Amino acid sequence: MASNGVGARVRRKEDSRFLYGEGQYIGDLRFPRMRDVAFVRSPVAHARLKAVLIPEHLRSSVFIAGDLAGVLPLRAISPLPGFQVSEQPALVTDKIRQVGELIAMCVADTRAEAEDIAAQVSLQYDELPPVIDMLEAQKPGAPLVHDTVKGNVYVNVAYDGDVDSVAKTAPVKVTRSVRTARQVMSPIECRGFIAQWDSRLDQLILHGATQFPHVVRSGLAQVLQVPELKIRVVSPDVGGGFGYKALLAGEEICLCWLAMHVKYPVRWLEDRREMLVANANCREHYYDMTAYADRTGKILAFDAKAIVDTGSYSAYPFTAAIEASQVSAILPGPYDIPVYRCVTSAVATNKAPQLPYRGVARPGCCYAMELMVDAIAREIGREPHEVRTVNLVRPEQMPYDNVTDKHFDSGDYPQLLRMAVEGIDASGVRARQRRDESDGRLIGLGMSIFSEQTGHGMTADGKRRVLYEQTFARLTPDGRLEIRAGIQNIGQGLETTLAQIGSEILGLDLEDIQVKLGDTETSPYSSGAWGSRGMIWAGGATSRACKELAARVARIGAALLQTDKDSVRLRDNCVFGPSGSVSLRAIAQAYYLSPGELPSDIDAHGLEVTGGFSPSCITGIHTGSAHAAVVAVDPETGAVEILDYVVAEDAGTLVNPMIVDGQIFGGTAQGIGSALYEQMPFDKQGQPLASTLADYLLPGSAEVPNIRVLHMETPSPYTEFGIKGVGEGGAIGPAAAIANAVNDALRPLHVEITEIPITPRRILHALAARRLANNLEHSQ
Amino acid sequence: MKPARFDYARAASLDEATKLLSEAGGTGKALAGSQSLGPMLNLRIAQPELLVDVTSIPELTTVAEHRDHVDIGACITHADIEDGRIADPSLGLLSYVAGGIAYRAVRNRGTVGGSLAHADPAADWVSVIPLLGAELLTQSPRGNRSIAADRLMVSSFVTTLAADELICAIRVPKVSARSRWGFCKFNQKVGEFAHCIGGILYDPDNRRYRAVIGAIETAPIVIVDATELFSGPFGPDLDKRLDIKALLALLDDKEITDDYTRQLAPVALKRAARQASAS
Repeated sequence: MASNGVGARVRRKEDSRFLYGEGQYIGDLRFPRMRDVAFVRSPVAHARLKAVLIPEHLRSSVFIAGDLAGVLPLRAISPLPGFQVSEQPALVTDKIRQVGELIAMCVADTRAEAEDIAAQVSLQYDELPPVIDMLEAQKPGAPLVHDTVKGNVYVNVAYDGDVDSVAKTAPVKVTRSVRTARQVMSPIECRGFIAQWDSRLDQLILHGATQFPHVVRSGLAQVLQVPELKIRVVSPDVGGGFGYKALLAGEEICLCWLAMHVKYPVRWLEDRREMLVANANCREHYYDMTAYADRTGKILAFDAKAIVDTGSYSAYPFTAAIEASQVSAILPGPYDIPVYRCVTSAVATNKAPQLPYRGVARPGCCYAMELMVDAIAREIGREPHEVRTVNLVRPEQMPYDNVTDKHFDSGDYPQLLRMAVEGIDASGVRARQRRDESDGRLIGLGMSIFSEQTGHGMTADGKRRVLYEQTFARLTPDGRLEIRAGIQNIGQGLETTLAQIGSEILGLDLEDIQVKLGDTETSPYSSGAWGSRGMIWAGGATSRACKELAARVARIGAALLQTDKDSVRLRDNCVFGPSGSVSLRAIAQAYYLSPGELPSDIDAHGLEVTGGFSPSCITGIHTGSAHAAVVAVDPETGAVEILDYVVAEDAGTLVNPMIVDGQIFGGTAQGIGSALYEQMPFDKQGQPLASTLADYLLPGSAEVPNIRVLHMETPSPYTEFGIKGVGEGGAIGPAAAIANAVNDALRPLHVEITEIPITPRRILHALAARRLANNLEHSQ
Repeated sequence: MKPARFDYARAASLDEATKLLSEAGGTGKALAGSQSLGPMLNLRIAQPELLVDVTSIPELTTVAEHRDHVDIGACITHADIEDGRIADPSLGLLSYVAGGIAYRAVRNRGTVGGSLAHADPAADWVSVIPLLGAELLTQSPRGNRSIAADRLMVSSFVTTLAADELICAIRVPKVSARSRWGFCKFNQKVGEFAHCIGGILYDPDNRRYRAVIGAIETAPIVIVDATELFSGPFGPDLDKRLDIKALLALLDDKEITDDYTRQLAPVALKRAARQASAS
């Protein structure tokens, strides 16, 4: 029995339907009389919209901002002091702020016909100078994206340590400017929704791939000005979330409004081009950093100015402040940095809104900080991992509150680093580097280490601390366990891991447990699946619900066994007493079908429980992870091959280590994309230049190496079972580790690359610039 | 996105196909494996009124081996070539190249004739078929003709084919047993279109010593006699004899100014030369 519970490497319950092609995604759903929607989108980045010209015979099939009576604009407002508020209308009212912005909604029997209609709608607008680069956007006189966002800065988030006094005496000073590309989240399934009006229930029903159905319902109720009672949000299977489905945006708002008016089901399925050009933008940071250190590499003070390019709007619900606030708070990483100063600005530009992608700002912060640590190591001539060890928070310091008041609850970061160093065979790689490669390539070794704040207890709108997460658990009359939660399965395996928790507590076989998710109508409220919070919060709530259920089951079992409730145990689908046992099926049958046989004092609350949970520390449960990469760089072509990759991860108690491995593999693949491939370029007019996956490169199976995962389990003192979050970790470390490895490889050529992705073009450009500089030096 | 409305006809013969295309007067488009045209239709970059499906025309899937050449039907797929299901005139060059085109799913449907007619400069066949000194046998309502492969492509996505003219077969000369070839393409990830292609073919018995530089955002540069470019006749260590200045001058002639391409082209050609001349 124990083999099914917490810690078991069991196969995922949900995989059968996925592997046999029987999953139900939004594109698989069909409803009678359903029609399709296509949108007219802005062809320009910044303009005043003067008119939308609709051919008269199509007028009833096309809807523009003026038609959407009663629909309020989205207002995603951060509680951070000084945050400047902007509004995002579902359809453009007067000003266009990005290419791909929604201008009109066209409905027809098929998507192709809806696109035919959209092609006949023409626009009149006066173009305005666009703001494309986040550094330019802050300059005096730059055009304003929003009149209400002065200087194009949504908010500044600052920590103000006394760096200057340390700077005067510090023996080592290292300065770098680094930049990360604008990326596009790329789940296989794009976004998509079907909205319909149910006359019987007097209710709007929205089916759509979302990470947080309850949050979507609350947001819709606000903008549509409809009671939440009249809205049901159902998420079918989600073909990848990664943050892109933790969003409420114009398309689904328009669709809901339309369904309420036309009373037939309407569908919008995003295509890859819409996703790339108009929607799924993320990442894009800039950092100016100076580290002050002693001769051992110990950082004495750290000074940074950072900018995040938030794009055209403050996206709902996480706002335009989320990345900036994370950058300032998380940049110090897992290190014991005594003095820290940082200002991060969230800057508006005429590009698609920046959305929080797996790890949110953490991958950028990790890349920036870890590049600095390697730069310090080079400056003083030490091994980078030695400099890391000098600076890491040590296990005996735990729990540790860092310079930005992040509370590291437990863990052994130096040991994680040692596991990565040994796992990658750092000394063997160094020996190999002393020999020439027969193919002329250069070998590099790189590492990164980070502490990840997981499952921090914020409400999904980022405004308040969450104090709750609930799960409903019921023993059915046939003795099986039904678990219902408001969080959604987005590929992270919750249908299995929540069942494992139920199994652990109630002693039931996994086949007799079913987890039902994703429907506001049938589940307790949840702020959803994001921020590596699922197992901490929903797992915790499931644990609490099952524990209460177990107590009630035990009481009935004890009564049937004619023994004391404290003398029974649940295991092997039964309640065992000092002598004899009774199955959970018999207990359920006794309770539901022959209650007269039970004692009269049986708990009337029955065999269904809504259990709630909050970790005893709600500012986040800190994990640790170290990544190590070996790369080969071809100096003639700029090609980078990852030869070896190791992840050492401490996510506390692992509910299912196989699922954790899978999470890390997937996250690491996405991090490899950030490191080497993914970038959305824009021209000077703000046109996004990668409109298909032929132009926007994602790593494929051939580009992702065999990733070796090493686990360490330091239970958190604050959660059920000592669980920590792990959903995002894999994506955080790779850009830093790979960039450091590439720079290590290029070190003999005196080249350092400080921008990701590290494309062949970028490497060749840097090498050519170095040759030019060398030639100039020689000629002087 | 979904395609704009179009009519579809499946032609049973070359005559029928060229007639349909001719009647469509430039608004028709031949459809073979649909691996390039399909996405272009979906993106509405291509909006033909008529698609003429040529995949069930028997001649186009025929391969005929002759004494000194092989005629490869235009609808032969990359996978057919990769897997060696057709006669090989090239001592393995064609299957080597075919195996590196895009992904297997694309190779299963994409055709050699379709790729040539589409004329994407970053595709493999527009460089390799001219390297082999092949000819394209075409048909239109005005009759049949033969086009030297290095005369097909004018520039990016532009060919000398008429709107109602179909490539029927690729006539590839057989290389002799003593021939050597080298082929090198760079892409950042497996399956991506090439950023640069270099190719060498040396066939002493047929007095061929050719080179190609492709994936340069326009028609490839085909060097019919590579003697000067490699500072002398074919031989060992050919890669070390590449005249890079001469190569860059060829790129200048084509107005290729992109630094990246100019850095990659010599490397691609050197590596192809190394492969061809390795003992």
